[in-house]
Amino acid sequence: MDIATIVQILESTLRLATPLLFACLAGIISERAGIFDIGLEGKLLISAFFSAAFAFYTGSAWIGLLVGIASSVVFSLIHGIASITFRGNQLISGVAVNFLASGMTVVVAQSWFHQGGRTPALSGDARFQRIDLPGAEAVRDVPVIGQIYGQILNDHSILVYFGLLCVPMVWYMLYRTRFGLRLRAVGENPEAVDTAGISVVKMRYLAIIIAGVLCGLGGVYLSTSLAAGFVREMSSGRGYIALAAMIFAKWRPWQGLGAVLLFGMLEAIANRFPNLDLGFITLPNQFMTALPYILTVVILAGFVGKAIPPRAGGEPYVKER
Amino acid sequence: MSVKSMPKWADVLLVPLLSLIIAFAISALVILAIGEDPVRAMQLMITGALGSTYGWGYTLYFTTNFLLTGLGVSIAFQAKLFNIGGEGQALIGGLGVALVCLYFPWPHWSLAILAAIAASALAGAAWAAIPAFLQAKRGSHIVITTIMFNFIAASVMNYLLSHVLRPPTSMDPATARFSDNVRLPRLHDILDVVGIEFSRSGPANIMLFVALLACVLGYILMSRTRLGFEIRAFGQSEAGAHYAGISGPKIIMIAMLISGALAGMMAVNSVMGGPQRLVMNAVEGAGFIGIAVALMGRSHPIGIIAPALLFGFLYQGGSELALETSIPREMIVVIQALVIMFTGALDNMVRMPLESLFSMLRRRA
Amino acid sequence: MVATVTNGGAAASAAPAIELRGISKAFGPVQANKDIHIQVQKGTIHGIVGENGAGKSTMMSILYGFYKADSGEILIDGKPTTISDSLDAISAGIGMVFQHFKLVENFSVLENVILGAEGGELLKPSLNKARKLLTRLADEYELNVDPDALVEDLSVGHQQRVEILKALYREANILILDEPTGVLTPAEAGHLFRILRGLKEQGKTIILITHKLREIMDVTDEVSVMRRGEMVATVKTAETSPTQLAELMVGRKVLLDVHKPPAKPGKVVLEARNLKVVDKHGIERLRGIDLDIRAGEILGVAGVSGNGQSALLEVLAGMMPGTGTVSMNGEPLDLSLRHDNARTRREDSIGHVHEDRHRCGLILDFMAWENIAFGYHYAPEYQKNRMLMDNHAIVEDTKGKFERFDVRPPNPMLTAESFSGGNQQKIVLAREIERNPDLLLVGQPTRGVDIGAIEFIHKRLIELRDEGKAILLVSVELDEILSMSDRILVMFDGRIMGERDPEKTNAQELGLLMAGMTGDTA
Repeated sequence: MDIATIVQILESTLRLATPLLFACLAGIISERAGIFDIGLEGKLLISAFFSAAFAFYTGSAWIGLLVGIASSVVFSLIHGIASITFRGNQLISGVAVNFLASGMTVVVAQSWFHQGGRTPALSGDARFQRIDLPGAEAVRDVPVIGQIYGQILNDHSILVYFGLLCVPMVWYMLYRTRFGLRLRAVGENPEAVDTAGISVVKMRYLAIIIAGVLCGLGGVYLSTSLAAGFVREMSSGRGYIALAAMIFAKWRPWQGLGAVLLFGMLEAIANRFPNLDLGFITLPNQFMTALPYILTVVILAGFVGKAIPPRAGGEPYVKER
Repeated sequence: MSVKSMPKWADVLLVPLLSLIIAFAISALVILAIGEDPVRAMQLMITGALGSTYGWGYTLYFTTNFLLTGLGVSIAFQAKLFNIGGEGQALIGGLGVALVCLYFPWPHWSLAILAAIAASALAGAAWAAIPAFLQAKRGSHIVITTIMFNFIAASVMNYLLSHVLRPPTSMDPATARFSDNVRLPRLHDILDVVGIEFSRSGPANIMLFVALLACVLGYILMSRTRLGFEIRAFGQSEAGAHYAGISGPKIIMIAMLISGALAGMMAVNSVMGGPQRLVMNAVEGAGFIGIAVALMGRSHPIGIIAPALLFGFLYQGGSELALETSIPREMIVVIQALVIMFTGALDNMVRMPLESLFSMLRRRA
Repeated sequence: MVATVTNGGAAASAAPAIELRGISKAFGPVQANKDIHIQVQKGTIHGIVGENGAGKSTMMSILYGFYKADSGEILIDGKPTTISDSLDAISAGIGMVFQHFKLVENFSVLENVILGAEGGELLKPSLNKARKLLTRLADEYELNVDPDALVEDLSVGHQQRVEILKALYREANILILDEPTGVLTPAEAGHLFRILRGLKEQGKTIILITHKLREIMDVTDEVSVMRRGEMVATVKTAETSPTQLAELMVGRKVLLDVHKPPAKPGKVVLEARNLKVVDKHGIERLRGIDLDIRAGEILGVAGVSGNGQSALLEVLAGMMPGTGTVSMNGEPLDLSLRHDNARTRREDSIGHVHEDRHRCGLILDFMAWENIAFGYHYAPEYQKNRMLMDNHAIVEDTKGKFERFDVRPPNPMLTAESFSGGNQQKIVLAREIERNPDLLLVGQPTRGVDIGAIEFIHKRLIELRDEGKAILLVSVELDEILSMSDRILVMFDGRIMGERDPEKTNAQELGLLMAGMTGDTA
């Protein structure tokens, strides 16, 4: 394996990790507030579809972005109404949201585009184009820095950079603001928050709306940047992998970045080497595609350390009598 | 949640029924929104699924699938284990069926079916065993692990069907056809014996009765045996079960193994009873529909029979709709999602107004 | 009937700090508060007593804005005030210290105190400002606590200080404390009362909700009694007695002491040597316990909760693993981690009334008859054959048990949730006692149980003792330990501090042992 291949894999890693990053951050915020969100997958999917559809109709990726985020927030609110207002089972609600997205995207896509459940291919301004970082050209030939800045970090869609920016933003919000303090408290002991005069319901809704926006960005990226249009089931389990990354990261934003980069790298390697020849055995393509899911199970089996979730996670808040 | 605020029959029948009506109403709106006529859609579904023995043959065939996957989810759910892995467990169960049918020379279907049931149950249980073990011993959340195992199962099947089990003369990722020796008697053959006409091509077969029997056995298990008592106690209170000397890890394993075995057994119907070969998409969402069936039926082994029939109807009706209108098959997934949402997560939306209604009526009485 | 006593003297003309007039609140058919009238004078410590279900919590919840009263009004400093949520209560100067602390365990003390009163969006400046104020408050009121310590690392007594600091930080003038001493040693409780008296001297008003009549007598100026949702009397503490208060609480004469014949202890039934328990977080809960329990005696274990008593019960009951040797009727017990050990214990004739009947002792959503079989569902008389249980037989057995234990309503088909606390406990006792165990492990038998059922339960346990059974009784209620036990062991920090004869000791001596002080005894 030569330097050029390594660089190419690392560059792919960043691109492939971005949707995971958005979903993972969304999951962190939601779960820190005590709402377990299995529906990340569905939100990615619905946002991917609507953003691609509207990007196609209007020719503008930005309009697609707005619509995509809106659709993801709507699905977030559905989950929120079920879990918060009606105190329903959060796992069931999340699973239902995923199925709903899975079915709706194909039904609507078929109705609008008649292409068997996909959108037509996007081109031009309907996609987020890659941008060049300032000074990238200049340092391109400098060893190491040139490769890192000029090749790996450079030439990505703006959403990739925004995703990276979200990590310190989420960190700051959680740990340095009043809102973040209250949000974390709500997921640990909602009664402490309630008796302090803060509305548990309002905090949780805010949390899931933010999660909806982040997931929406992830979905937008999938269909207008990573790919050129929506195809059915294009999220292919990324929402669940993001959950594993979240647990691996122990619900912390910076560690979440590390975790999704790891998963991204796995996918990049699988793409680059469809049948990985390890010398004594050749791993078939099907194994490479299954690798992220296998790694998720390994992480969840706790072989990489025990993770303690927010104490009040997954439980609806009922005022004690 | 106090049950005494609402009579038991209302809790068990009325709440799911109202939830179902709401789910259907929203589905009708979706159909309207994409430019089709919901009333016409309903008519097409009824005639397509129930209007002929051909339709019934398919409806009951799908019902058989959903009875088994629904029963599997129900039993796990009574232990508060949300087994989403029915899809993968059924795929691997299909592997068991295929191996048994292809590589053993069975003189008669009655022997073959016993072997197939055993093999598929074992395979399905084995596929559920790892997530079960991880939950029992490591506390790994069974929802995520079973979903992951669904994806892994798809990869495994893909590989096996493309490279290992595919006959060299064929390009399809699928096995060869099973011999006619192991062909299961269909409803046509069974009803023929008593002189009733039934469509020859409806794939509903003897497994329907096996599935119904499984439901009865499931009911006896949960309400009359010590194991059933322990599973229910554990599902209601993990701490209490520990106090009573019930081994949590043991219950998790047993409940999941039973659940996986039932999901795996579905493959006997969908592989041996239907196409008589193992194809890539042998399960087609039946594992997920099992979740909707279990929720609607409140995880009661007998209570899931009606929901399974309902979804069988929806599935076959949905196929007809896809042929006759521009409504794609995925509409069924939407309906399934709405049913899960309203009977599972949003049941308080129906329950709370009903409770107020009942207490208001009681106060006036 | 309301018996109010006017506050004689110069302060009579000042408006009461808090007054409730005609407060009523119903939850469906249950009238939790009925026409409550109460005045709490400024700068006093006012006690509120009542049984479980008397309506104290509802009244406090209304004061703190959790519920809105159906009718009546609240006056703060003589002015009618609406309290529709906790923010209103806080602005009205009311601070509440709950029985179950409302703290975020993995936040620091500082973060817990400012939560909700941060004073700005950015945390750093808020924390700095709070730190200064907190240090000043802590010094002023003897509430010393490390502001950067994580709450989960603090002792229970210190956690309670954080709760009080939270209220004072928000400039509370009226402090309401709900059952504050349940988790404190007598010494810590004494310290708390010193703090309360200090606050009183500064002009703060304190409302103390407790069921411990001794505390009422020690520290309050006035006490109000609630019964069945009504405020039954308000009296000056100096002019009443525990007996009178108990009578007002229940509405009839109550025997505060249990009458029991002397014990006739027989052979040793359970023997434990060097029993150690480490919990799943790696913390030592029992540090080498030796004890013997004889047939025909009640061995009481006193101690503040959290000092190893729960571990002692659970390791003997097979719910936790341990090391050392324990033998029952001469046979050694397997102390290893087997998930079904609790079942083998039952087969070895050890019964267990768990401390927490809601979480462990009962399955609330199961019907009563299923709860009677719970833990004994494999008993031969409950089976029809090798495969199936005989549900009918269990129901019949339940009916008999209900009769013998006076469980009301005597309907085996009701869910356990539908029964009152006392009846729930009687169901558990019926189940365990009628299995005829040689040793009965009992934890907090009268927690959350009304006085009538308490009398029944105590009587029944003594009967069991007189039938020649051994009973290990763990309770945080010293009075219960003193009146019920034939011998008393005191636990502190996972060790037995000493053994005492209930006839020859008293609460003070036990209290010292409970706080870990050995050596000189009173």
